[in-house]
Amino acid sequence: MNTPALLEVKDVTLQYKTRDHLVTATYRVSFEIHKSDRFVLLGPSGCGKSTLLKAVGGYMAPVEGEIRLNGTAINRPGPDRMMVFQEFDQLLPWKTVKENVMFALTSSGRLGRAEATERAMAYIEKVRLTKFADSYPHMLSGGMKQRVAIARGMAMEPDILLMDEPFAALDALTRTKMQDELLQLWEDTRFTVLFVTHSIPEAIKVGNRILLLSPHPGRVRAEMDSTGVDEMEPALGIPMSEHIHSMLMSEELVTEEENV
Amino acid sequence: MSDVARLSRTVSVPRPKDFTVVEKPLTLGERLWSSGAFRKSLVLLGLALLWQGYAQWLDNPLLFPTFVETVQALVQGIIGGDLISAVWVSMQLLLVGYAVGLVLAALLAVLAITTRLGNDVLETMTAMFSPLPAIALLPLALIWFGLGVGSIVFVLIHSVLWPVALNTHTGFRAVSNTLRMVGRNYGLRGLPYVALILIPAAFPSILTGLKIGWAFAWRTLIAAELVFGVTTGGGGLGWYIYQNKNTLEIPQVFAGLLAVILVGLLVDNLIFRVIENRTVRRWGMQH
Repeated sequence: MNTPALLEVKDVTLQYKTRDHLVTATYRVSFEIHKSDRFVLLGPSGCGKSTLLKAVGGYMAPVEGEIRLNGTAINRPGPDRMMVFQEFDQLLPWKTVKENVMFALTSSGRLGRAEATERAMAYIEKVRLTKFADSYPHMLSGGMKQRVAIARGMAMEPDILLMDEPFAALDALTRTKMQDELLQLWEDTRFTVLFVTHSIPEAIKVGNRILLLSPHPGRVRAEMDSTGVDEMEPALGIPMSEHIHSMLMSEELVTEEENV
Repeated sequence: MSDVARLSRTVSVPRPKDFTVVEKPLTLGERLWSSGAFRKSLVLLGLALLWQGYAQWLDNPLLFPTFVETVQALVQGIIGGDLISAVWVSMQLLLVGYAVGLVLAALLAVLAITTRLGNDVLETMTAMFSPLPAIALLPLALIWFGLGVGSIVFVLIHSVLWPVALNTHTGFRAVSNTLRMVGRNYGLRGLPYVALILIPAAFPSILTGLKIGWAFAWRTLIAAELVFGVTTGGGGLGWYIYQNKNTLEIPQVFAGLLAVILVGLLVDNLIFRVIENRTVRRWGMQH
């Protein structure tokens, strides 16, 4: 790990206001993501993982600490950090699949029309949707929409792909298939991805590194490597998923006791 | 055990000849009745018959001409050209007022979505002026702009501006947070963001505003022309109705009213329907 980190999150505290509360979403969270990492933020709801992703996306500024991409502080959203959201309505409904993938490329002025078309079709082929290139999003299933969103993100060839529970709204079978496809795509291009999930099996399968966050406010609980399968922890004699589970559970018990 | 027996039972598939129908075309009558256009034509036919019957029974063409007389007057007006030219004069005025109203509405809506003060201005103004019928401003407009195009365009702008601005604004606000974040993710800001993300995403609502604005403007125009309708280019459709009333050409008055309805229907069915089919329906944003 001597190479400089691609994304550096250092002592980041994030706060947002609701109607009558100031909520601290994360408290002094630090981590580093290196090139070609599949970095997973894992934690129960309320651990600030989505807020953290939004901050990396440039949608909100930390009140403390800093987030640096290639050494430069992030201050606004930009196409060097493409987001893939959980919601199916993230595609522009007035554009076809091909136009959706192209739009990011042409509107940022990165590529001309001809090159953008070529690159868009290449990535649409990677997610196996060539037949649907001229369909409008409302004609596609949920899984297909998410594949278009992934193709759109990858076509920009961003420094890092930010995925906010992209498969959470899919049925279990489609979800498993999408995870396999994502890993296959990673084998092909070795992109860097920051992936947010609340599912322990998904984190173990998708990530090569997992950052475990505890809730209210989000703090780093543990950071671990994953091989992609739920292996036995030699020191503990239990599978990784159970280890993670017990860590999250113990945290919940502690906070409950504190409340009493 | 009976459950198991039931589960493993084999079913003897009924043979095709046991079905009464697998698939057969509907009769002509059934197909016609399922067509909305056909049923509406029947309603229109019924209304025309009722009209003709009542007018013949009343037998007073000064109060209520028959349907046939009205249609004759309409055809004559079209062939003679005076009805056509009246529609044309009205249309020109309408387009000017509509276009200026749209531009102002767009400006207001963009200001309202980009600044908080603009939002307050738009909400207050629409709340104040929406309930005010544009035609009620005509006496004032006559004092300000005199008997001429200016006054009519003024009330037209008033009738278009508020419904379009309000609908556009509502549409902008209803754009989902995800789409907004996607737009900003592309690095879009300011006017390109409005033009490339907000306007298409809010288009169903904007289109509704355009249709309401059009209907309001058309009504206001005819009403305004009833008060005064002669401009340098000749009289409009409202003026045509008013003048024929003065000379007691009642079939022509009815023909004029029919023309008002026909133009309204044509614009709605030809122009707005086509826009709708090519945009919001194709995009699956409206069914």
